[in-house]
Amino acid sequence: MTGRPFLDVRDLRIHFPTDDGLVRSVDGLSFSLERGRTLGIVGESGSGKSVTSLGILGLHNRRNARVAGEIWLDGEELVGAGAESVRRLRGKKMAMIFQDPLSAMHPYYTVGAQIVEAYRLHNRVSKAVARKHAVDLLGRVGIPQAARRVDDYPHQFSGGMRQRAMIAMALSNDPDLLIADEPTTALDVTVQAQILDLMRDLQVEFNSALIIITHDLGVVAELADDVMVMYAGRAIEHGPANAIFGRPEHPYTWGLLGSMPRLDRVLTDRLIPISGSPPSLINVPSGCAFHPRCAYEDRSAPASREEAPELLDVGGGHRVRCHLPAELRREIWAREIKPKLEPAS
Amino acid sequence: MITYILRRVLAAVLLLFIVSVVTFSIFFIVPRLAGATPETLATRYVGRAATAETVKIRAESLGLYDPVVVQYGNWAKGIFAGAEYDYGSGVEQCPPPCFGYSFVTNQPVWPELKDRIPVTVSLAIGASLIWLVGGVATGVLSALRRGSVFDRATMGIALAGVSLPIFFTGLASLAIFSYWLGWTAPGGSYTDFTANPAKWAYALILPWITLAFLYAAGYARLTRAGMLDTMGEDYVRTARAKGLAERTVIVKHGLRGALTPIITIFGLDVGLLLGGAVLTEKTFSLPGVGKYAIDAIVNNDLPKVMGVTMLAAFFIVFANLVVDLLYAVVDPRVRLS
Amino acid sequence: MTRRTRAWAAGVLALTLGLSTACGGEANNDDNNTDPAKAEFNAALTKVFNASDKTGGTMKIANAGDWDSLDPGETYYGYAWNFARLYGRSLLTWKTEPGEAGNELVPDLAEGLGEPSEGGKTWTYKIRKGVLYEDGTEVKAADVKHAVLRSTDKATFPNGPAYFEGYLNLPAGYKGPYKSKGVNTDSAIETPDDYTIVFHLKAPFGGFDYFAHMPQTMPVPAAKDTGAKYRQHVISTGPYMFEKNEQGKSFTLVRNPKWSKDTDPLRKALPDRYEVSLKVNAEDLDNRLLSGDLHLDVVGGGVQAASLSKVLPKPDVKAQADNPGSARLWYTSITPQVAPLDNIECRKAIMYAADRVGYQTAFGGEFAGGDIATTLLPPVIPGHEKFDLYPVGGDNKGDVAKAKEALTKCGQPNGFATGIAYRAERPKEKALAESLQQSLSRVGIKLTPKPFPQGDYFSQYAGNPPYVRTNKIGLAVNGWQADWNDGFGFLSQIVDSRVIRETGGSSNVSVRIPEVDQLLDKAIAETDAAKREPIWTEIDKRVMEEAVILPGVYAKSLLVRGKGLTNVFVNQAYGQYDYLSLGLQ
Repeated sequence: MTGRPFLDVRDLRIHFPTDDGLVRSVDGLSFSLERGRTLGIVGESGSGKSVTSLGILGLHNRRNARVAGEIWLDGEELVGAGAESVRRLRGKKMAMIFQDPLSAMHPYYTVGAQIVEAYRLHNRVSKAVARKHAVDLLGRVGIPQAARRVDDYPHQFSGGMRQRAMIAMALSNDPDLLIADEPTTALDVTVQAQILDLMRDLQVEFNSALIIITHDLGVVAELADDVMVMYAGRAIEHGPANAIFGRPEHPYTWGLLGSMPRLDRVLTDRLIPISGSPPSLINVPSGCAFHPRCAYEDRSAPASREEAPELLDVGGGHRVRCHLPAELRREIWAREIKPKLEPAS
Repeated sequence: MITYILRRVLAAVLLLFIVSVVTFSIFFIVPRLAGATPETLATRYVGRAATAETVKIRAESLGLYDPVVVQYGNWAKGIFAGAEYDYGSGVEQCPPPCFGYSFVTNQPVWPELKDRIPVTVSLAIGASLIWLVGGVATGVLSALRRGSVFDRATMGIALAGVSLPIFFTGLASLAIFSYWLGWTAPGGSYTDFTANPAKWAYALILPWITLAFLYAAGYARLTRAGMLDTMGEDYVRTARAKGLAERTVIVKHGLRGALTPIITIFGLDVGLLLGGAVLTEKTFSLPGVGKYAIDAIVNNDLPKVMGVTMLAAFFIVFANLVVDLLYAVVDPRVRLS
Repeated sequence: MTRRTRAWAAGVLALTLGLSTACGGEANNDDNNTDPAKAEFNAALTKVFNASDKTGGTMKIANAGDWDSLDPGETYYGYAWNFARLYGRSLLTWKTEPGEAGNELVPDLAEGLGEPSEGGKTWTYKIRKGVLYEDGTEVKAADVKHAVLRSTDKATFPNGPAYFEGYLNLPAGYKGPYKSKGVNTDSAIETPDDYTIVFHLKAPFGGFDYFAHMPQTMPVPAAKDTGAKYRQHVISTGPYMFEKNEQGKSFTLVRNPKWSKDTDPLRKALPDRYEVSLKVNAEDLDNRLLSGDLHLDVVGGGVQAASLSKVLPKPDVKAQADNPGSARLWYTSITPQVAPLDNIECRKAIMYAADRVGYQTAFGGEFAGGDIATTLLPPVIPGHEKFDLYPVGGDNKGDVAKAKEALTKCGQPNGFATGIAYRAERPKEKALAESLQQSLSRVGIKLTPKPFPQGDYFSQYAGNPPYVRTNKIGLAVNGWQADWNDGFGFLSQIVDSRVIRETGGSSNVSVRIPEVDQLLDKAIAETDAAKREPIWTEIDKRVMEEAVILPGVYAKSLLVRGKGLTNVFVNQAYGQYDYLSLGLQ
């Protein structure tokens, strides 16, 4: 038990049997996270980010999802644990902030009632105490006149306020692990920044482990200590944030970086387009799952089509899953990609 | 809120007025178009082989020679101001609300109609509670075990329940449970709740279950569909993420979300039933509003028809109002202004 | 409900009922063996079934509808007259005996039958002394007078029969004792003393005793008369009085402590109590009767069509049933006012072509429908004589050859077309119209079925002569039941041409024979019943000769004897069980 990271995910596999075949949403994922640290999980829709987070919380219906591997949280293994013991941890030890808080909050209960419900579930306190706690929390996430707004219904809040309320609800039991799934996607850009600031502040204050799930590298750049890029249910690049942003080695990561909107860059300059669409999770492409969309596929053929690449360490905990020789990758990055990402001068 | 209710009440009164005018018009104008005279109308309200003289006297005493507008006015006036009625041996005051006197039996309408209401209310309330609890519980279980044997079996039974008419299920269950097994009361054994609650329940249990069976089926299907929708909602996932026990998730979050359409339909169904559960009352010989309505219509008994129509319309309008108010209670997004 | 589910439903019911009745039958075996009358089909038709003098018990009775009125002054249903005798005593009533004797009038409140004078223009009755109301006061002649007079107030009692106001010599403009208060009515009814009542008629009427048997002569004390409200609590003179009366729901009768057998030789008064439920679902009523939960279907019209299959095919259940005939004839009027039916030969063609068996089948067959009729008067009416002027062969399905012969004589060798009216609400009449349509088409007579609402059937359609002529309605499905088993009651409304009004409303649609009108007048004035009866026969034959009525069936009904009833027999006067005599085991 000693020496095991606070959150340690080992070879996680989440498969869904369907009439069309087995959907391998997450297929052999490993990562770890310590308290006070932030991990950003990045990828397109369907890459397995959200499925991973729901898997950690144990929210998959055991009747239609097959979950395998190990998830260790503070020394406790969750995949093999009973549903009831995982339930007790939910909301208390680990909590989640969902995207689109309008649909994620129950429309028929007040914001306060929903926070109170979460709090009283894990704390034997009176309703009055719980309510006071809810008001405090709402105040701390920056809701003005929290004492009054606590009795409002979600539809009476603005989008940003709802997201703050959602965060307050997730924080109600001081969770050690906080997972935020696209916390800012549904928000205006200005509000996005406020929410990100809030989350950074709160993480410092609560000293919790934070997982940010997003398709937006900009968000990750703001918050994350580590970054994991997912594609077709697997990590294809994983490492410290400065390494991923400073010297990314996977063509897919280049593509993601290239599509990051930045004010200091020429807008029309579409650099490394990721052609095609995300792969089917039932018939994952052979070899490297990314090869049908890879601009450098010809340089690694035929291995890219026949053999699945390993996730290999390239130094400093920076790991990449790619058939391209390391030298070639660094050369392409330095010569072709990086210049185009520099601010236009 | 108060102004909203006031507005609704005013609309309801207007609606009742329109319903009464339309019913009255149908009664008088349709036969008149077919060439009926006051005398031909009156022939319905005399004994067999009545003389022409008797028919005239009858038409006179029923006021059929007055213009329809005057007859309507007299009728409406009776409701608010009461009326006087000549019993032959004397004149009696009919206090408001006076719905007039039966054309067939010459007895005042309101006391008898009022007497029928508890029967129909007993039937409707008992049956609706059974079908609400039974239907919703079955629907929830079916939704949670979608595709299971339980789901398929109950949905099959539900389909049967919706399709089988009450005069079949009613007579069959009477034959089996009352006459063969002797577990339940035979038809026509209604006792007032105030007189003997045990006998009251004993007489009603079979009608309740039979009627509830018919409706429970629909509610089970409605609940199942609603639950399948809401259990896939994000807020249900949120509830689970909080660590709530599955039962709380299902009832407090899932079912609560699926409740709105159920409450709407429930209110309207109960409102309709309070206006008379016609077939059930007929099948089980319960002396309720529905049987009263059949008698009224079969006998072309205008004052009775008017009385029962007003009562049924009142219940339906009232149920609608209650549903609207409940709607606001259930779904805070609906604001009443 | 589809035909299939209905059949299924019937199957389930039949099965469960079969089981329940089978059990009941076994349990009663011992009792049955000791009975003098064996439980068999028609056991109570002409003799007393299960005779007993045992008193006590509660008789449970149901009515699929409701009384027109419990007020003896207003009621006008046969069963209501039969039943009213439990709580009231009219001057005369029918003898409470099985068989032909039931057609005999006997004194009830009166000491004897009416004594005619002035050639039948005045009728005198002596009233029994010591007959008490439920409150202990004695019945006086004035009470009978009041009862009869009040029944003539048709504004208050519109449903009742109108014989008295039609025949009594009332002052002009008399509107009954309420509205014409203080008017001297001695010209119509005199009460020379407390126990004598004298009726004065406008013209001689030989059958006045029939009027005296109507419940309208049951005494009503003027002091307790509440007009239209009297039906809520009738003051009893019979062995039973009202305990509770919930309008349209139920009522109960209990023993009247003031009634004495000393003044009443007719009534057995066996049960202690009668519980009557009203507006009981008709199918459920049959089931309860068959299962033993009920003793009596008071309407006495027989079981529902749906219940026939639960009775007839099962020997043990059929043995519980009786099949009496009633004074009702189902027939079809043939109107000479519509060409070519103005020619008697064309009318005869219809008489010959009609399928008599088809007629019987349409009305429910031998047991529920009745026997094939060839005359107007049903067998239960004195004066009935069996004859057949239009014999159609052994199979009774019509004689095509004779019909064609008649058509040729009529000058319509290829047939003709006309309409047939029936009441839209009555499936049996519809079935009949279709049957006639088929059998008459064999000789080229084309019928167009014309359904009309029954409420306005006679007033606006089939009984409205201008409408009949304009719309060429040559045939009209019809039926008639006498108020009592007597030629006058049966024939006067359907063969007297003088009741036909151009404004409509008469049941007589087709009979306009001056000779018949004269015969009716002759019979009415005849005070000797034995001399009256041959006149009814003569009228019957005369109408049949003119071929203006096609007789269908003499109605019969299938009655079920409730389990545990004693003294069961059919009173021929009502075509129902005699309600005065029934007791409980």
